[in-house]
Amino acid sequence: MRWMWIDRVVELVPARRIVTIKNVSLAEEHLHDHFVDDPDRGLPACPIMPASLVLEGVAQSAGTLVGHAERFKEKVVLAKVSRAEIRRDVGPGCTLRYTAEIERMDTVGASTRATIELFDHARPTDGYVPIGEVEMMFSHLDNNMGQAGKSGEAFPEHNFVFGDSFKTLLRTSGIAIPE
Amino acid sequence: MNRDEIFSKVRDVLVEALAVDEDEVTPTASLVGDLGAESIDFLDIVFQLEKTFNIKIGQGELFPEGANITQDPKFVQGGLVTPDGIAALSARLPHVDFTNFAKDPQVGKVINTFTVDSIVNFLERKLTA
Repeated sequence: MRWMWIDRVVELVPARRIVTIKNVSLAEEHLHDHFVDDPDRGLPACPIMPASLVLEGVAQSAGTLVGHAERFKEKVVLAKVSRAEIRRDVGPGCTLRYTAEIERMDTVGASTRATIELFDHARPTDGYVPIGEVEMMFSHLDNNMGQAGKSGEAFPEHNFVFGDSFKTLLRTSGIAIPE
Repeated sequence: MNRDEIFSKVRDVLVEALAVDEDEVTPTASLVGDLGAESIDFLDIVFQLEKTFNIKIGQGELFPEGANITQDPKFVQGGLVTPDGIAALSARLPHVDFTNFAKDPQVGKVINTFTVDSIVNFLERKLTA
């Protein structure tokens, strides 16, 4: 599946909390470029998960929680990363766990708070170790930019934010899509 | 809570929400023009004010949202807000000072009337209500 940066939803408490995991694999091509070796400086290749994609995974998790709360009727888009801190590099063979909670939500959007934890399979006794925190704002697109909102732009009727990839993710995670 | 205390807390919220320096947050600074606020920031500011002051702010109560007065053809003619429109805005948003805006009431400039002071005015009324 394209551009899905979470592998599974492991817990979803409607309108409150979502917990997801992402397994980082050396088969992901971007790890081969991030970072390549630098023989001139004597540096070996250093495959680490780009922090921007960790944030994308958090956004997909929190966005799914926000979307689920309104039965996926709203087009939920990431509007603002208010704060983000990631303290450790994450390499292949690790599992990331994202826990996102809705802090506040109304018809035009939601603010969320998330933690990032790392499970290093080489050190299983450590368990999940907190490595970061993220605060994000999501906008309900139609109520802000759409015809009911400030700029009155026309967006397609169908919900292009939550497409087939999200539905498959929820289904394979055993999460029912609310009618 | 007196006005200075309210201002100080509002300043903290704006510094956090808009990533601006403390000294940029002056009473007359406009949120969009001077402090660079974008549309989602208004929602962020509302949420943070609710948390900071332990109050509930209704949609459109602090900042006008959705289909508002400036989209009403009755109140806007030739790109200018009419005197009736300004009266309606003042009635709906008593915490905002429209005096300067009335001198050059271009509809696109109405957003500049939202200053740090207008938030403080709003909270002062709300907290004593």
